[in-house]
Amino acid sequence: MQAFVLAAAVVLVAFLALPFVALLLRVSPMQLVARLGERVVLDALLLSLVTSAAATATVVVLGIPVAYLLATRDFFGKRVVEVLIDLPMVLPPTVAGFALLMAFGRSGLAGRSLSALGVTIPFTTAAVVIAQVFMAVPFLVGPARAGFAGVDRRLLDAAATLRASESFTFFRVMLPLAIPSIIAGIAMSCARALGEFGATITFAGNLPGTTQTMPLAVYIALQSDLDTAVVLSVLLLIMSFGLLLGLRSAPAGWFWNRANAQRPGR
Amino acid sequence: MLSVQVDKQLGAFRLEAAMEVGDRSVMVLVGESGSGKTTLLRLLAGLTHPDHGRIEVDGVRWFDGGAGVSMPAMERAVGYVAQDYALFPHLSAAENVAFGLRAQGMATSTIHSLVAVALDRLGIGTLAPRRPLELSGGQQQRVAIARAIVLEPRLLLLDEPLSALDVQTRRAIRAELRRLLAELPCTTLYVTHSPAEALAFGERITVLEGGRITQSGTREDLMRHPRSSYVAEFLGVNLFRGTLSIDVVDVRAQIALPQGVLTITDGSQGEISAVVHPREITLALERPAGTARNVFAGTIEELVPEPPSGELVRVSLKTNPPLIAEVTRQAVDDLGLKPGMQVFASFKAAGIIVAQ
Repeated sequence: MQAFVLAAAVVLVAFLALPFVALLLRVSPMQLVARLGERVVLDALLLSLVTSAAATATVVVLGIPVAYLLATRDFFGKRVVEVLIDLPMVLPPTVAGFALLMAFGRSGLAGRSLSALGVTIPFTTAAVVIAQVFMAVPFLVGPARAGFAGVDRRLLDAAATLRASESFTFFRVMLPLAIPSIIAGIAMSCARALGEFGATITFAGNLPGTTQTMPLAVYIALQSDLDTAVVLSVLLLIMSFGLLLGLRSAPAGWFWNRANAQRPGR
Repeated sequence: MLSVQVDKQLGAFRLEAAMEVGDRSVMVLVGESGSGKTTLLRLLAGLTHPDHGRIEVDGVRWFDGGAGVSMPAMERAVGYVAQDYALFPHLSAAENVAFGLRAQGMATSTIHSLVAVALDRLGIGTLAPRRPLELSGGQQQRVAIARAIVLEPRLLLLDEPLSALDVQTRRAIRAELRRLLAELPCTTLYVTHSPAEALAFGERITVLEGGRITQSGTREDLMRHPRSSYVAEFLGVNLFRGTLSIDVVDVRAQIALPQGVLTITDGSQGEISAVVHPREITLALERPAGTARNVFAGTIEELVPEPPSGELVRVSLKTNPPLIAEVTRQAVDDLGLKPGMQVFASFKAAGIIVAQ
């Protein structure tokens, strides 16, 4: 039994690591740094950082309240909402991008009204962010909801008998105790936004400097300039790895200590 | 002053309870697990609401099914110390105690002084910066009590506050807790399943069985006239309080009572409670010459058949201290026991349970 488990672990880790190692071996650190200044690389890098940061912020602001609702309330149609939120995780991203186009395209369901107001979304940087938000939402809502649901009910009862309002309890009990799950969710959704390709190229197109994020730039470079593709790929790999590793190993105690710190009186 | 009359259906279980607890007094609520004790506390705390009924504390209606009044937990002047304390694991002892004060938006300086006073009152001032995980069970319990009383509740609910503690700690905290409850200007409902605790804390005791109150009255009432076999088993015991010492001559453990000396088989030294079940007590018309170590002489005060069938009879004795014996109806007939008769009550040292 133990031997099998060990063998499976070795095979799987090797299988996952090998492609990355192969990629890393294609480029020396010197080359990487030298090509960082290239226009295509720099534009894509900047655009990716800005859009995925904006997308992550949007996902956090909209996703955490929804995760809290799903964890603490029962309402009619809850199942449907749950499935809806999980859907982007399993849907082919191109289908998602196409659906976004149907909704927000010039002649789309909502796009028609928007363009009447003079707002055009497809093939803009905003479209990139929308596509990333659409695809990244479930990666935050899932873990955040589990984090909220995992907070001991007895602590919430205690808070209620200590005459705390729901919002006070949310900020003083729910959020600090769920923070490890929420941080994991933020890391996952940010990494998902950073790696978004299919929905972006369908909905936002591939315009250098405007909608050509790193994954798109890799795809284009693969057809013409293999070295640029390698550099971009390695950059993406390092960023994603660092993001997941960094945020996942962030100690929950950091937040807890802040919760203990003195606060100014009201 | 607590006045409550509620019913609540929970699946197949039904709680129907009505009681009154006098202003600033302690009511002990006893019952087996599943009898509805915790449900009743949750109804009083406002964590769940009755189907019908009324809850009134110090003249304020917390719940009135008829009038559609249902005050949420956060508006009730209640203190609730749960069995497992439910301390916030991410907050220090001081911040746990400050929680309810902060929730009300009190000024920081006021919070600081109130928290300091509450922690000192429970003797845990030095533990203020520690997290719950860095505290012992007894210390956690003190934090939980401080957290509840700092809000000056009108009604304090204690759900088996000593049950999660080890024997040593329980002994130490019990006396302290009794003193604290006597000082507090609130009505207290104290839930326990330990007879020693029930007798120690409650002038008045209410018994909950299967969701219904089967008996409510003074400690002496319940001991003398248990209305169910559960009450008889639970509270129909002889309780002694005294100082334990070891006789150096023949190495017998003795309990010095205000009224005399009790000999027991073992135990540690110091202030203790000892419990003798009435069935351990033998009655005789002549001074017994047997192996029983403890013999008390006195007259019979009362004979009460014990429910449900009356096969057993509880005999109240005017011995010093007063004792209650439980004998069979057959024995009563054989000895011709009746009130006023002089008898000798005896029990073996091994029949004494020393309670922590």
